[in-house]
Amino acid sequence: MTKVQINYYDGSQSEKTLTDEEIPFPEGKLIVSRTDTDGIITHCNQAFVDMSGFEKDELIGQPHCVLRHPDMPSAAFKDLWDTVKDQGKKWRGYVKNLRKDGSFYWVYAVVVPNVRDGKTVGFASIRRKPSRTKINELTETYKAMLAEEKKA
Amino acid sequence: MTYTMTVSPDFSPDYIAGWYIFNTWLQKKTGEGIHLKLYDSFDVQRKDIIDDKIDLIFANPYEAAMLIREKGFLAIAAPADKPDEAVICVKDDSDIQTVEDLKENCTIAMADDPQVNSVGMIMLEPADLNAKNISIEKQKNYVLVAKNLINETAEAGFFLLDAYDNMSKFVKSQIRPIITSEISVIRHIFLVGPKLSNKAEDIRALLNDMHNEDKGLKILQSLGFEAWENQTQEDSEFMLDLIDTLSD
Ligand SMILES: Cc1cc2nc3c(=O)[nH]c(=O)nc-3n(C[C@H](O)[C@H](O)[C@H](O)COP(=O)(O)O)c2cc1C
Repeated sequence: MTKVQINYYDGSQSEKTLTDEEIPFPEGKLIVSRTDTDGIITHCNQAFVDMSGFEKDELIGQPHCVLRHPDMPSAAFKDLWDTVKDQGKKWRGYVKNLRKDGSFYWVYAVVVPNVRDGKTVGFASIRRKPSRTKINELTETYKAMLAEEKKA
Repeated sequence: MTYTMTVSPDFSPDYIAGWYIFNTWLQKKTGEGIHLKLYDSFDVQRKDIIDDKIDLIFANPYEAAMLIREKGFLAIAAPADKPDEAVICVKDDSDIQTVEDLKENCTIAMADDPQVNSVGMIMLEPADLNAKNISIEKQKNYVLVAKNLINETAEAGFFLLDAYDNMSKFVKSQIRPIITSEISVIRHIFLVGPKLSNKAEDIRALLNDMHNEDKGLKILQSLGFEAWENQTQEDSEFMLDLIDTLSD
């Protein structure tokens, strides 16, 4: 078990005790959330609430990085934002998410811009169960990316 | 002028009579002439949609993108509490307990329902399976998909949950679900085409109110549900965004 300090966008911080307990993805479900164009959570489904370990009203109105796990490299999220916001395209990737209690869960996420009358009004992330092979691959990749980021 | 209404070809044969009665009801309520045209293939139906021959449709969610984003249809209602969920089944005495027990080069039986097949394929991803490393056995209907499992000519099969639920006890006793989707926002929707757009709000009101009338409720039950639920433009747009993330 390790303690980490988490720094949020809005300047607030919290200390979390990380555990190496992985919570399995709920079978057959999709974990869905939507944000405004700044990444503030506007909607989510019950699977999202259940998996996060937060209450729904602790999530709505918060920046999406409340789920950020310190094992995730920044470059992955930069790529996400560049793809959906700057290029207006779909982003696909594997994400390790942090739960309120410090445990984690892996997802395969597809993030899309919500385009209405030609304007992007927000983004949605639809997450599904990833394969163990991919999780193992990405664990190594992210470890290497994170090590690079720490060097810089 | 006579308009043409159609129904997604994946409707259960048990509901054919119901759709004719629904059509009669809708004609009486709207005062418009409506002809019901049924198809047994998505491809033929799609061609008529492209050629602007359809004015009202109870559509498979997979077709909704084309109808709304390319053909200017308005979604107005969906059956209440009846999302399109998919189930993957195996033969009852099979060793397969979870999706992860399915291996490369296995045979998967499926019918011609693009939405069910898309969700079915997604549920295979955790086993590292995709269209390139499985064999697909395409069947005309779900009874034949079940037969593939029972005869051991396929290791697993995709079913629409509703179709699985309505299968005979005898068939059901020989197959076993290993996973069921719980997506809930993907569902069949009723849409009105551009030629009837000035009537769309009237039809929306009629459908939303249909279950409050004895006769209306009976007709709905003969279609396999209890009420229509309002479907807003945003409900449909979001459903399309979601389907878009699942389709590749
Ligand atoms: C629709 C949408 C969903 C997102 N989902 C997650 C998520 O599940 N987990 C996560 O850590 N970041 C998610 N992000 C990215 C966050 O907004 C943020 O960029 C990330 O957590 C990194 O935090 P940082 O930008 O403060 O470094 C999502 C972004 C969008 C637009």
